[in-house]
Amino acid sequence: MKNREFEFAKNVKSGAMALVILLMLTASSFAQSDKFTQAMQKNIQLLDSAKTSEDLAAVSSAFERIGDAEKNQWLPYYYASLALTTVGWMDQKVDKDKNAEQIKALCNKAEAIEKNAEICSIKNMAATQQMLVNPQERWQTFGKEASTALEQGLQLDSNNPRLYYLQGMSLFNTPEQFGGGKTKAKPVFEKAVALFKAEHAKPLYPQWGLKQAEDALAKCQ
Amino acid sequence: MKQILLLQALVVFTINALSAQIKIAGIVKDNKNHPLPGASIAIANSYDGATTDSSGAFSFRTTEKGEHIITASSIGYNTFEQKIDIDKEPIKLSISLKEKLDELKAVMVTAGSFAAGDSKRAAVLSSLDVATTAGSNADITAALKTLPGTQQVGEQEGLFVRGGAGYETKQFIDGTLVNNPYFSSVPDIASRGRFSPFLFKGTVFTTGGYSALYGQALSSALLLESIDLPEKSEIDASISPLLAGLGTQQLAKNKKSSWGINYSYVNVSVYFKLVKQTPDYFKIPQFHNGDANFRFKTKRGGMVKYYTTFSYGKLGLRRPDIDSLHLKDAFGLTNYNWYNNLSWRENLGNGWKMNLGTSYSTNKDNISQQIQDQSNQPKEFVNGSYWMQNKNFGLQHRQDLSQLRAVFEKKLVGISSVRFGSEYWYSYDKSFIHDSLYKLIDNYTSVFAETEIYLTNDLAAKAGVRFENSSLIHKADIAPRLSLAYKTGKDAQMSVAYGIFYQKPENNQLYYSTSLGMTKAAHYIINYQKMTHERIFRVEVYYKKYENLIKTIPAINYTFGFDNNGAGYAKGIDVFWRDKKSLKNFDYWLSYSYIDTKRDYLNYPKQLQPNFVANHTASVVMKRFFTKIKSGFNFTYSYASGRPYYNLIINSNNKYFIADEGKTKSYNSLNFSAEWVPSIGKINAKTFIVLFASMTNVLGQNQVYGYNYSYNGMYKEPIMPPAKRFYFIGCFLSWGVDRSQDAINNNL
Repeated sequence: MKNREFEFAKNVKSGAMALVILLMLTASSFAQSDKFTQAMQKNIQLLDSAKTSEDLAAVSSAFERIGDAEKNQWLPYYYASLALTTVGWMDQKVDKDKNAEQIKALCNKAEAIEKNAEICSIKNMAATQQMLVNPQERWQTFGKEASTALEQGLQLDSNNPRLYYLQGMSLFNTPEQFGGGKTKAKPVFEKAVALFKAEHAKPLYPQWGLKQAEDALAKCQ
Repeated sequence: MKQILLLQALVVFTINALSAQIKIAGIVKDNKNHPLPGASIAIANSYDGATTDSSGAFSFRTTEKGEHIITASSIGYNTFEQKIDIDKEPIKLSISLKEKLDELKAVMVTAGSFAAGDSKRAAVLSSLDVATTAGSNADITAALKTLPGTQQVGEQEGLFVRGGAGYETKQFIDGTLVNNPYFSSVPDIASRGRFSPFLFKGTVFTTGGYSALYGQALSSALLLESIDLPEKSEIDASISPLLAGLGTQQLAKNKKSSWGINYSYVNVSVYFKLVKQTPDYFKIPQFHNGDANFRFKTKRGGMVKYYTTFSYGKLGLRRPDIDSLHLKDAFGLTNYNWYNNLSWRENLGNGWKMNLGTSYSTNKDNISQQIQDQSNQPKEFVNGSYWMQNKNFGLQHRQDLSQLRAVFEKKLVGISSVRFGSEYWYSYDKSFIHDSLYKLIDNYTSVFAETEIYLTNDLAAKAGVRFENSSLIHKADIAPRLSLAYKTGKDAQMSVAYGIFYQKPENNQLYYSTSLGMTKAAHYIINYQKMTHERIFRVEVYYKKYENLIKTIPAINYTFGFDNNGAGYAKGIDVFWRDKKSLKNFDYWLSYSYIDTKRDYLNYPKQLQPNFVANHTASVVMKRFFTKIKSGFNFTYSYASGRPYYNLIINSNNKYFIADEGKTKSYNSLNFSAEWVPSIGKINAKTFIVLFASMTNVLGQNQVYGYNYSYNGMYKEPIMPPAKRFYFIGCFLSWGVDRSQDAINNNL
């Protein structure tokens, strides 16, 4: 291998040195970003396959480390908080307030880099999880916080399918006499599914939700 | 040559990438040496790290080399950082994390206080709880009477706390004292509080041992904190057979300021026609109440709030005279009250906070008392029987209070803090009775300081001292206060509190003599509390010692002398349990108090159990909301054992003695209320409707609060409520726009 490179180098004209240096620099920066992509991909896979709260917390910490090291990427913090919202949905023993505080802290770190609709969807979920601890009593505080997050998200991106999915879920789970119910949720889920199908997510960007929205829509039929 | 160097660099780079990873392992523990699961370990500025397992252990591999900083962090702990040299295996680390001092996690100094309201984490009752407690009819005092330590006194207004009389509990709004917190009352009938629970976002009801920031209340301080800005603009209306009201609250578009104005008119003539009252009301009670507010946020995030309320009320009633079968007592009352409160809360930066407050109130009562014959004509007594003569009088009473208050707070290390400040009260009191004029002017000043020190998250101490001086009685005092709290386990804590409390003699005593000293009480309290989001259990035992209580010296012809020779004690136990968890949508609380107290004060010939104290009191409050029918049903059952009553008269040696005594039957009351909220949860509902109905003493039990004696002591008459039951029905409407839903729906 060394020989082959040497051979190749021998054939390079000295006038092309500048080009080589340029290429080398690009390669090294590619290597750098490649490291990021690989780490992200690996952890996104781990996130998808995580089964327990401990697994999810570990993946969340891994994403947070990536975010702390990168300093200008919001996606690692986004996934770190997404992992914790999954804990909030599936683990009934976890302290929802403590978990939500952690999620919101990660959202703040992400928003310090970039404010966007995806982070708002996480904030909506965190507040919703806190509200669900005692909906009657917390509806006015955390319910409001959740709808504010949704509203902010839609202002930033009025075509974000995940926000419509979450809005649909909120309507779906609200009793009819409180202004929710299947009939109210159905058009929202339909809009969510249509937007999901039209979505072209950039690599590493969030793309979850189509299946959930389709399942939820099926329940509204 | 250059090319070769470059290639060598390339080679080194490749080799580096392939080089062996180094394993870093270890364990993370907390400061109590317990393993800490879920802690995050990271090499700063790299992706490498791990999370500790259930035994606190971690292990990971890294490609980093050389000097790096390794960090360990966990929620609620200070982040740990250490420089390590990643060189060769094995790297073993043993990390200890120190717990962070955290206001939310730290123990709270709670002995003697019930924090209520929406903003406090230790909320026991919220303003909605006050409104939906059956029997309270949205009166703060009535709802607080379902908490332990309070007496079921129905013949006078006020909170009778732990053996203390009603006037020994004081109310403070945003730090300043409220001089006339209740509507002016008629003898033997309690009146409501002037302030709606919805004005306040937080309430701290201290049943003893309260902070050095407050004074002049021998038993208890009720601290009310007004709301900042309303959530939205709205128009409100209320309609009921008893009252009608209209108001608005306007929030500026930038959500930085708001103003509001409200008016209500109370007239019970229809109600009194439907529900028969024992007294004969010759002037049907009528009240006009108006209030206004203006609030704004300052540039630095502080808050300025102004609130004013005006009320005018009149009533007149006739009852049989106790000394005669043929005569009647006619009592008339006209009241004017104007209250103003201006406060400014500001963050000064550098950990400094400032709270300024000023208030002005004026209250005027015109009272007439007249003996009338069977045809309601005035009856004069010319000679002798001065006890009858004294029942014919007119009284004009004016009370003004102006106050200034400043409190500064500085954050110390961690979450410890120190607060200090000063108060000045100028009070003016003028009475005109029996052709005699009494006038009192007092300049009361106080200086106070208090420090709250958190030694750890589990141990906190609060120490304070208050200096007070009253110009009227030429007396100054120093009142120390101390409390400690220790966390005994998860959500559980023990607290102890001690304090000295002073209170000026009442104005009707100072009319006759200003050479009196402050009355004094020492409180000793031990409290245990276990509290989660949905359940609260607390038990408190206390001992109180009274000194220098005011005693009445009998004199001739209804003029009195007073001295400070009274004394007494109170000891007891208060138990409270609230549970919102066990049954879905069902919320209940239980209170029980036992008290043993005796006082030698006023005209008591020796230490006696005061006539407003029942040894055992208990309340059960239940609330259930049915979402299907959008209705809530609330029940309260209150019980108090019998209260003592005395006929104290002056004997031939010019000394008070007990001519007769006894104990009332026990007090029982079952109260019910229900609300129907048809618009709840309706998105974009333009009108929000609440229908509310309530009924006190559902079972119609006879409630006897005590006895009045005739002058000769031969005849006694029970003191009972003016009607067995009180009914209320009302409709509350509000029209407001909550825009949070619009934005979402516009995008659909």
